[in-house]
Amino acid sequence: MALTEKDVRYVAELAHLELSEAEVHKFLPQLDSILQYVDKLNQLDTSRVDPMAQVTLPATENPSLRLDQPHATFSQDVALANAPERAAGCFKVPRVIERE
Amino acid sequence: MDLTALTITEIRKLLTGKQVSAAELVRAHLANIDQKDKEVRSYLTLSPERALEQAGKIDRMVSADEPLPRLAGVPTAVKDVILTRGVRTTCGSKILENFIPPYDATATARLEAAGACVLGKTNCDEFAMGSSTENSGYFTTRNPHDLTRVPGGSSGGSAAAVAANLATVSLGSDTGGSIRQPAGLCGVVGMMGTYGRVSRFGLVAFASSLDHIGPFGRSVRDVATVLEVIAGADPQDSTCAHVPVPSYEAALDRDVRGLKLGVPKEYFAGLSSEVGDNIQKGIDLLTKLGCQVESISLPHTDYAIACYYIIATAEASANLARYDGVRYGFRSPAYADLRDMYKKTRDQGFGAEVKRRIMLGTHALSSGYYDAYYLKAQKVRSLITRDFVEAFEEVDVIVTPTSPSPAFKLGELVDDPLQMYLADIYTVTADLAGVPGISIPCGKTKGTPPLPIGLQLLGKHFDEERLLQAAHAFERAGGFEIA
Repeated sequence: MALTEKDVRYVAELAHLELSEAEVHKFLPQLDSILQYVDKLNQLDTSRVDPMAQVTLPATENPSLRLDQPHATFSQDVALANAPERAAGCFKVPRVIERE
Repeated sequence: MDLTALTITEIRKLLTGKQVSAAELVRAHLANIDQKDKEVRSYLTLSPERALEQAGKIDRMVSADEPLPRLAGVPTAVKDVILTRGVRTTCGSKILENFIPPYDATATARLEAAGACVLGKTNCDEFAMGSSTENSGYFTTRNPHDLTRVPGGSSGGSAAAVAANLATVSLGSDTGGSIRQPAGLCGVVGMMGTYGRVSRFGLVAFASSLDHIGPFGRSVRDVATVLEVIAGADPQDSTCAHVPVPSYEAALDRDVRGLKLGVPKEYFAGLSSEVGDNIQKGIDLLTKLGCQVESISLPHTDYAIACYYIIATAEASANLARYDGVRYGFRSPAYADLRDMYKKTRDQGFGAEVKRRIMLGTHALSSGYYDAYYLKAQKVRSLITRDFVEAFEEVDVIVTPTSPSPAFKLGELVDDPLQMYLADIYTVTADLAGVPGISIPCGKTKGTPPLPIGLQLLGKHFDEERLLQAAHAFERAGGFEIA
């Protein structure tokens, strides 16, 4: 096994996931077997291949930027309608700055 | 007359002939859903008021003898990863259980502007991550042909709804096969246009370089009509191509004689013999219709799943970072501080497969692994795309099975993510290369009950017309019921 329990915990931390002990032990072998499978990509010599950066082929001239004109958008109420917590017209989050 | 088994063309005739009203069509579908969807479980949320309001508009146009738009009165289902203003959109995830979108996806807006009546939102694997709809955070949809089997996924609800006459057409999304695979397993037509053919504005992002929206229907013509309505440039989506949309319906009746079909040998290894037999019969039928069939090779096929699961999960890990319990969706009720709130919210809100993919993608993008995984996969993606570009110098359309086997049993693969991923082995390549694809029914297995088998056609970039042309010729010649 190439992946370790420590790796799983580290990646969970990066991904902002608080995995339970049970999840760590369930995911470890699953992720490890997927990563081992993915290793087959190393059978290919890609030293002379460019990474794919553009999906749409042919890369036509795409006037993809619209005009930068003001237009109507959501009201504050609509924008906040799905917020789990709101206060004073803002999204409410736990305090991140300590008071003196 | 069964109002739930009609095509778009038939609906139009009945409406203009004032034999049936749009409200009657909607009510017939709602009644059918009420009766049959207890077992199939294709819908997550119904929107009867919205559908009936739209039907009322159409019926007023009929009484005023106004010209009717393309999809007038067509009962339509929309996958729950596509936004519908004012109608709950969950993406099959508990993290969005109460999310009410403040706007419509462009695809939804175009459907409704064309007169479609949106009946509701269909079940799917959570955030479209899965091949069986078993990863839904709510319940599992069943295959209408055999309720002990999966409908495929991730757009399983949209495929099953159309197959069970719970909608005339539906929208799904395809990132690795999520339209074509369930279409194949449920015995309906499902199509994904070229990358950028249909706007993704309002499609909840899974893997942005792979995501597509596309239609399901029971006939090739219905699918062509819906694609024509939803395709085309959109100022709200800068990745949506500025390539003119031809009349897909006009392409349907073109002669297929002389059309060059390529059969890639790599797509015939490791598939079940029943699928192989039917696909061969399908290819024979296309030959009989005058297509020229030749054997081709797409040599990097075997690397597609590995390539896909790096790119898709890497992009997903970034896209799903937005679910943090701040602006919308679920927030964990108890936490110590901001960071703890993020972690608890995401752990409690996401299901196992979504977490697995976020983990995989985060690992692939993390410091020290980026080159080994993500960059490597993007290079292999170039090779896979090159395979297609070279093949399409020789042939017009590529013919393959949609999936290696018919619908599998519920629960059969749910604890083996890698085996589940391999269910997409013939569909992920088109998403990686950005080429269009369609799955059409190609007979059934001999078992009891018989299970649908899907035949996949892949085309050149922006050559949806020839896919539809070949698919329609196949349908007219009885290919859907081939035995």
